[in-house]
Amino acid sequence: MVIAKTVDGEIGIMPQHAPVLGVLVEGGVLKVKREGQDDLVAAVHGGFISVADDEVSVLAEVAELGSEVDVAAARDALDRAQASIEANQEDADAAIEAKRARARLRAAGEEV
Amino acid sequence: MGAQLRLLRRRISSVKSTAKITRAQELIASSRIVKAQMRMQAALPYEREITRAVTGVVSNAASVDHPLTVAKENPAKAGVLIVTSDSGFCGGFNANVLREAEALRGLLEGRGLSVVPFVTGRKGVTWHSFRQREMGGQWVGFSRNPAYADAKEIANTLIDSFKDDNGIDEIHIVSTEFVSMLTQNVVVRRILPLEVEETEATESTTIPPYFEFEPTAGDVLETLLPRYVESRIFTALLQSAASEEAARRRAMKSATDNANELMRMLTQQMNQARQAEITQEISEIVGGANALADAAAGKE
Repeated sequence: MVIAKTVDGEIGIMPQHAPVLGVLVEGGVLKVKREGQDDLVAAVHGGFISVADDEVSVLAEVAELGSEVDVAAARDALDRAQASIEANQEDADAAIEAKRARARLRAAGEEV
Repeated sequence: MGAQLRLLRRRISSVKSTAKITRAQELIASSRIVKAQMRMQAALPYEREITRAVTGVVSNAASVDHPLTVAKENPAKAGVLIVTSDSGFCGGFNANVLREAEALRGLLEGRGLSVVPFVTGRKGVTWHSFRQREMGGQWVGFSRNPAYADAKEIANTLIDSFKDDNGIDEIHIVSTEFVSMLTQNVVVRRILPLEVEETEATESTTIPPYFEFEPTAGDVLETLLPRYVESRIFTALLQSAASEEAARRRAMKSATDNANELMRMLTQQMNQARQAEITQEISEIVGGANALADAAAGKE
């Protein structure tokens, strides 16, 4: 089962799902539940999910597997982004940066 | 005679050092082709999926009107993205691309459009600035190793200009397609507005599935199309990078072969000159000795 977050909300895809094309949110976490194995978790920033013919493809601009996330760097990026949001409420870049950092941390299994 | 010998020796040594350089360039290019090909392969799945998604949306939702899919009624300006290389030493690679771009320019101007060139690669930029042609955009420094961010930057410039009412109304791309190590073709494609290709359905092509959209077809298209353009440009850049190295390898190989041939010919000439010199010296010595002997015989 694949769980992803589109702009409409979370979507869970089981086998035999109807064809769907969805827009993913910035800073989402994608989860692939596998039988007999650990879940595959990835931080996905923007892009699409397309389901067709029992095949799920995720097209992301930037993606990172949870196991490959550098936790310290992500936490550092989050702190920095939050600091600049506090300094300037309308800092859109920092808001996106914070979202991305949070997604990376969540993908790595950290509490945010 | 002695002067000619020295001249030939000097020419041989200069040809030899040129051959060394071109041989090294050839080897470097061969190793780079493999890397460039691998990058091309790595980009394929994304390109394939995104094309499939675009096909899915467009064939499902024919009613969706998007500025990027609709041809403008009275096109006035056409943008042409020309993909060339940063460095030379690659034979006719850039000349071929630029010739094709000129042909396209003539074609578009025949339709009453004014042409705005967008150029990547130092060679193409120099070519245009030398002719004092105004460019809509120019990018240099990544022809051998293009990154996705480069393609994104180019795509953003093109799309912004396309959406602008006074900007360009069509986008064409002239680049080199990598077919194999020996074959690279210059291709001209229109990327915007999207061309609906009527391909004949073969047995292997399945009917695109009927997609549901999250949230709506229009929103999906809005985000999907710029990505599609980026991906097309990125593919063109990667193919061009691989083609550039292949063209360079071929040009350097023939340069090395020519240098070797020249060296063989010059060595032959040099040996001939040396032999002639020796023969002349011997006949001078013999002649001198004979004269001395004759003189001595006359005294007695």
